[in-house]
Amino acid sequence: MSRKILVADDEPNIVISLEYLMAREGYTVLVARDGQEALDMIARDRPDLVLLDVMMPKKSGFEVCQAVRASEELQATKILMLTAKGRDTDLAKGMALGADAYMTKPFSTRELVQKVADMLAAQP
Amino acid sequence: MKPPDRRLVLALAAVGLALAAWLVLSMALIWSTLAPAERATLGALLGPRMALLLMSWVVALVGVAAMLRWLFQRYAQAPARLLEDTRVLLSANGIQQLSPHGSAEMRALAGAINELASQRDRLREDVAQQISQASRSVQQEKNRLAALMSELTQSVVVCNLDGRILLYNSRARLQFRALSQAPTLADGAELMGIGRSIYAVFDRQLVAHALETIHQRLRRGVASPSAQFVTTTPTGQLLRVQMAPVRNPSSGAEPGAGISGFVLMLDNVTQRFEEESLRDRLLHGLTEGSRSSLANMQAAVDMLGYADLEPAMRERFLAVVKEEVSAMSQRITDLVQRSTQGLKTRWPLEEMLGTDFVTAAQRQIEAHCQRAVTVEGADASLWLKVESFTLLQALTYLAGRLVDEFDVKFLQLRLQQAGPRAQLDLIWSGQVMSTETVMTWEMDPMRVGSQSTPLTVRDVVERHGGEMWFERERVRHQAFFRFLLPLASEQEQLEAAQIMQSESRPEYYDFDLFQVSEQGSALDDQPLASLSFTVFDTETTGLNPSEGDEIIQIGAARIVNGKLLRQESFEQLVDPGRVISAASIPIHGITQDMVRGKPRIGEVLPAFQAFAQDTVLVAHNAAFDMKFLQLQEARTGIAFHQPVLDTLLLSAVVHPNQESHRLEAIAERFNITVLGRHTALGDAMVTAEVLLRLLPLLQAMGIHTLRQAREAAQATYYARLKY
Repeated sequence: MSRKILVADDEPNIVISLEYLMAREGYTVLVARDGQEALDMIARDRPDLVLLDVMMPKKSGFEVCQAVRASEELQATKILMLTAKGRDTDLAKGMALGADAYMTKPFSTRELVQKVADMLAAQP
Repeated sequence: MKPPDRRLVLALAAVGLALAAWLVLSMALIWSTLAPAERATLGALLGPRMALLLMSWVVALVGVAAMLRWLFQRYAQAPARLLEDTRVLLSANGIQQLSPHGSAEMRALAGAINELASQRDRLREDVAQQISQASRSVQQEKNRLAALMSELTQSVVVCNLDGRILLYNSRARLQFRALSQAPTLADGAELMGIGRSIYAVFDRQLVAHALETIHQRLRRGVASPSAQFVTTTPTGQLLRVQMAPVRNPSSGAEPGAGISGFVLMLDNVTQRFEEESLRDRLLHGLTEGSRSSLANMQAAVDMLGYADLEPAMRERFLAVVKEEVSAMSQRITDLVQRSTQGLKTRWPLEEMLGTDFVTAAQRQIEAHCQRAVTVEGADASLWLKVESFTLLQALTYLAGRLVDEFDVKFLQLRLQQAGPRAQLDLIWSGQVMSTETVMTWEMDPMRVGSQSTPLTVRDVVERHGGEMWFERERVRHQAFFRFLLPLASEQEQLEAAQIMQSESRPEYYDFDLFQVSEQGSALDDQPLASLSFTVFDTETTGLNPSEGDEIIQIGAARIVNGKLLRQESFEQLVDPGRVISAASIPIHGITQDMVRGKPRIGEVLPAFQAFAQDTVLVAHNAAFDMKFLQLQEARTGIAFHQPVLDTLLLSAVVHPNQESHRLEAIAERFNITVLGRHTALGDAMVTAEVLLRLLPLLQAMGIHTLRQAREAAQATYYARLKY
């Protein structure tokens, strides 16, 4: 059974690439357009990994991350934060709130694919 | 004729008695030695001549009296007169001398007294001279300080330890007007005024904390301790305040002691802060926005790299790239536009009237280049925001090279508005030159006469966020350098214009307030001289407040420390919300048209209340004006609890025998020039002048405190009349 990945981002221009990329890598891809939708889908569809954008309407990536980590059922979900916020303080915040990895935009898709694969492989 | 001195009469009586006694005694002695026959003979002999004997006694007495009188005059009256004269001399203010007469001793005494007196006069004159010199120099220093303050472009406010304002400059006043919640009503004067409390603007705790910081630093021996704080005002302005102590020169060397007040330097950083946040936002938008755009593009480009991409997906990824590229271009265009607006203030530029700048340039170019410079169409209403020194240098430098290298004979300056900027042209006619030649000038370090600077014309232009180029006008055989320069914003223009207009130096300071301390005693027991007064007058639609007449104008002036502060006045027309009775219009000259659209009393009273805060209210026939104010209390909730003085009653206290205590009559008695009578402010000013003249007269009657003044006023006949 293929792994499930949730792409949570409000920008269609990045979603289209990420969706294509992950599907091409053989994952099942779900898409959420805002923070609330992302949280709902995490609860309902139980993706293995979330590509989480920080700046989203309704709930920010930070909030989603915090909510996931606070829930016993969901806390195993891997979270890879993708953000245009490049300051080291943002990175520190993301990691502190429970992201497993953090990538600053722009990023190379090859690195992203590698990172996703590594993170999923680390799963017991 | 003067009645004879009693002592003289007594002395004369004594001598007369003694003489009579001596006569009787000698006769009795002789009588006792005589035989009875002889006695009878003598009796018969003297008996008829007793009158003769009495006469000789009287004659002798007259002789003695004359003698006594002479002696008395010489030895008793003369010293008495000398004493009187000396007393006069003692209390005399001018130079005066005794005229010596009487005995030699008396003359000598008078001479000695004269000498003493002249010694004293010399000393007195000396002291007076020193005092006047000292006070002249003190006054001069104060004036110098006040002049300096008024020229400063920074806002400065000096307060005593109670937070009372002793001095402020016009810039501070402008700034406080921006802070005022009723700017059009009280003009900021309800916040900024001599003797007003700074705590109306700043939190007391904040100031106390800053003072404490200064105290600490002083105790640690810091040479020039100061403290800083940033605060927001009720109107949402952001102020940066620097505080420095005013040290008491008379207090000893002990550090940390003897602060008698503080200086606040205020900087309204609202605009700067906004500019900075704008800059931040721009930067932020640039980095984060670009990051996501780049991410989108990169991902799309990466996808496009897959050879097995189906054509439909390829189209979609290409569309993403195109869209993101155009979004980024748009972002950069926006950024450039906004940053040139937002960043232009980075170099400290000052507001300057365009014509002033052109005149200065004209003068400087003429002086350096020995050529006539004409000015064409300088727009008198243009306010530039320039760094005038380097800009003048640039113009002079360019003119200098034109003259030196191309022997240009005539130069012209032209200033016009061009959209949101000013356009300053340096025009010349003559020899044709290449654009390249001229444009190298732009990049060369500037030289003016023997002075050279590392700055180039380009640098100067960039400081102004402007532009500069060279253009030819073939038709007119002219060429010119055109500078695009920033204009001052409207607010800045206004401020600069107002600072220039206030030429007469107003009463912006009163250092005597350093001595004032608020000992917490109620106003009632404070000396009249130390009180602050708000002298006011109202104009009304009619004379019957209880029958619906309303206030249509309030005017007020302030008296602080015995001085009338003409600059800090309050004047406001009020829309009464009813018809102004035709009978009253000739009196106050206020027509229905004039009050249309003016604020209602409900808006004006809070501003007036703030203006009158912490002062004694004074009006002529105050009961009338107070009645109008009191009737508003129920409607507006604004009550005036201050003590009230009435100049009409005080005038009756001082001059109980005068027939009239109308304001005009009193003003005439005191020789006060009346201007603008029957405007509220005009009457308030006259009333204030009257009060200032009444105060010393009350003082002379032993009326020193507010309580005494109120009681005396209550006791007058006029106070017993009902209005």
